[in-house]
Amino acid sequence: MRTEIVHSRPLDVAAIAAEVTAPENGAVSLFVGTVRNTNQGRPVTAIEYSAYSEMAERELREIAREACAQFATEHVVIEHRTGYVALAEASVVIAVASPHRLAAMDASRWIIEQLKQRVPIWKCEHYADGTREWVGQAG
Amino acid sequence: MTFDVLLFASYADAFGARSILVTVPAGSRVADIVRVLRGLDPDGALPERPLVAVNHRYAKGDQELHEGDEIAVIPPVAGG
Repeated sequence: MRTEIVHSRPLDVAAIAAEVTAPENGAVSLFVGTVRNTNQGRPVTAIEYSAYSEMAERELREIAREACAQFATEHVVIEHRTGYVALAEASVVIAVASPHRLAAMDASRWIIEQLKQRVPIWKCEHYADGTREWVGQAG
Repeated sequence: MTFDVLLFASYADAFGARSILVTVPAGSRVADIVRVLRGLDPDGALPERPLVAVNHRYAKGDQELHEGDEIAVIPPVAGG
């Protein structure tokens, strides 16, 4: 199990998948959140993520620990970017491996939902017209 | 007791600062800090019961505060 708030370097999806892969597992489930070029009809040029780093690290670790207990695996990695993230780049990567596919898929979905509710990270969308806006939970 | 209360994202923009000094009497609780902050809030950005963290954990309004606690007011989170 490993979690990290990553400052200003791209997330390496393949390396994270490799990290959870192990002979006893029959499945790796990957969730990759990427920056979309529109939000509610407005053209987005980039997202700037900001975090309360110490608490975000703590909440991520807690979520990973809970997922390991609930879905009976030790193979969980979560990385989340902060700073500017360009269009189509990954802002978050969640990898879960398990002997069986359902546990891996359920855990990955559970983790992203928990992350969106609990981890103190915020996104400021930058728009094509030069304006910017902090977006709430629904964004 | 004086706390340097941490502000983030939209709340930091609203106050024009990343933290703000708040002085409250000994024995004060989380809700007392919120009350003081709402009195200083230029744009009315803070809701009546914003999320507050004490020492990196979400705290309820009636949690008692102690000298040296790290207090943060948490806007609606939006990770992912």
